[in-house]
Amino acid sequence: MSIDLKTIKHISKLSRISVDEKKAEKLAGDLNSIFEFIEKLNELKTDNVEPLTSVAETTLKLRPDEVKSKNIREQIVKNSPQDNEDYFVVPKVIE
Amino acid sequence: MSDITKQSLTELVKNIKDKKLSSTEVTKAFIDRSEKSKKLNAYITEDFTSALNKAKKFDQKPNLDLKLPGIPMAVKDLFCTKDVKTTAGSKILNNFVPTYESTVTDNIWREGAILLGKLNCDEFAMGSSNETSFFGNVQNPIDKDLVPGGSSGGSASAVAGQLTPITIGTDTGGSIRQPASFTGTVGLKPTYGSCSRYGIVAFASSLDQAGPMAQNVKDCALLQEIISTYDPKDSTSIDFKRNQYNKELTNNIKGKKIGIPKEYRVDGMPKEIEDLWQKGIQYVKDCGAETIDISLPHTSYALPTYYIVAPAEASSNLARYDGVKYGFRAKGENLIDMYEKTRSEGFGAEVQRRIMIGTYVLSSGYYDAYYLKAQKVRKLIKNDFDEAYKKVDAILTPSTPSSAFKIGEKTNDPVSMYLNDIFTVPVNLAGLPGISIPAGHDTKGYPLGLQIIGKAFDEQNILNIAFAMEEKINFKNKITDWWIK
Repeated sequence: MSIDLKTIKHISKLSRISVDEKKAEKLAGDLNSIFEFIEKLNELKTDNVEPLTSVAETTLKLRPDEVKSKNIREQIVKNSPQDNEDYFVVPKVIE
Repeated sequence: MSDITKQSLTELVKNIKDKKLSSTEVTKAFIDRSEKSKKLNAYITEDFTSALNKAKKFDQKPNLDLKLPGIPMAVKDLFCTKDVKTTAGSKILNNFVPTYESTVTDNIWREGAILLGKLNCDEFAMGSSNETSFFGNVQNPIDKDLVPGGSSGGSASAVAGQLTPITIGTDTGGSIRQPASFTGTVGLKPTYGSCSRYGIVAFASSLDQAGPMAQNVKDCALLQEIISTYDPKDSTSIDFKRNQYNKELTNNIKGKKIGIPKEYRVDGMPKEIEDLWQKGIQYVKDCGAETIDISLPHTSYALPTYYIVAPAEASSNLARYDGVKYGFRAKGENLIDMYEKTRSEGFGAEVQRRIMIGTYVLSSGYYDAYYLKAQKVRKLIKNDFDEAYKKVDAILTPSTPSSAFKIGEKTNDPVSMYLNDIFTVPVNLAGLPGISIPAGHDTKGYPLGLQIIGKAFDEQNILNIAFAMEEKINFKNKITDWWIK
């Protein structure tokens, strides 16, 4: 299997990371060598193996659905690059 | 009292409790040494003025019943600290000042410790040499231009260089144990679910664990006793009966059965690593334990599995960095353009590489072939350990396949960098505890570590084995202070 530039462009779009031609070529090279290494897993037959989704074999605890953090609006927007009163500000999305 | 910074945590605690030292004296000593050690680049953020004020305040009304009375401590910059900048070694969080505290650090301050500053690490803990940090390389106190390992490289450098009496790191695939091994220090990766992940910048949520990094096993046990608590704020935190790891620490390991997995004898492993392992086997026998040859047949599949699971989880976790809610924002022509430029300029090369791998293995048409396959192999790896633990109480392996390497030596070859974690990654995949202890030096005089892997929740047992071995090994770290002269 080989990851071509078209695939790199596709993944870059999915992951919302802009990639120019030069970077795309470097990434294709790196990803191909990493996937070559990952292909080793195909040596194993795993048809009847249950996938492991969590190492902790416990069921999640339930808790009452209560509001615990009150009046923290200021804290929530404190680190935003741009905000206006209680809102995050982003580039215009509606024409 | 001279040479305060050379004392172990246990000695410092005792001296403060006996009123032979004040918190101010101790804090000042570590600040002075940190100031003289800028060349190591161990700190990202220093909080010295505030630390000294806290120490003075502590001394005015000292509570000597606490476990870390007035002890200064720097922590990895992956732990959110309230009102103190937390970067995760990334440009994208360069201006992030948390409004809350991680549970692990909160536990530490509650026992009387004082924050010295935030320690350098690989960006989002993705790296094995601390070279992916936005804030530059960290020097290993062992030798000039030598990597301290990673991702908790600043933490390892700071403990080995005596800039902090003890510290905490995080370990997703070896990020505590590998740097501990490279710097001649002790590092414990606890069982998954032992230490809360609340307030730790997330990398791969099914693998991440916080743990202590120390000069010796006893100090390590003391900190583990403090940071391991059940926390409802982390849904994967486990409510099990925790030991008093320091109080219950014993070097009596007579009759313990220690497994030696043949699959850890990998191709191309230097002879000195094999020799070290053989010495380790002799040490545990000298302590009255019994060694048993075991097999962990899927060991060689652990790294390929890890490099699907960890990037997949990372690509999902790091989706939150979009330039809107916090962190760095680049200018863009529209919303999407802003997202794409923010992430392209805000993340470094290794982080982008892993997000891309993760996005790919989770994308439509590839999920079954990669992600599901990896989860199945992860099950086989865990089964290997379950099977082995029917016969043995713990497992002894080398910590790393080599000693520390030079800065720049492996940066152009991601796969060769990944191979560093070959002995540590299986432990994270299976959610087990593992500890690395310094056990010898290679021909260059660089430290080498041995790893003891335990059953889930059996930290006490591996700490005891490490404690017994430490006594026999009698390791002395060769720190020349080359960066100060």
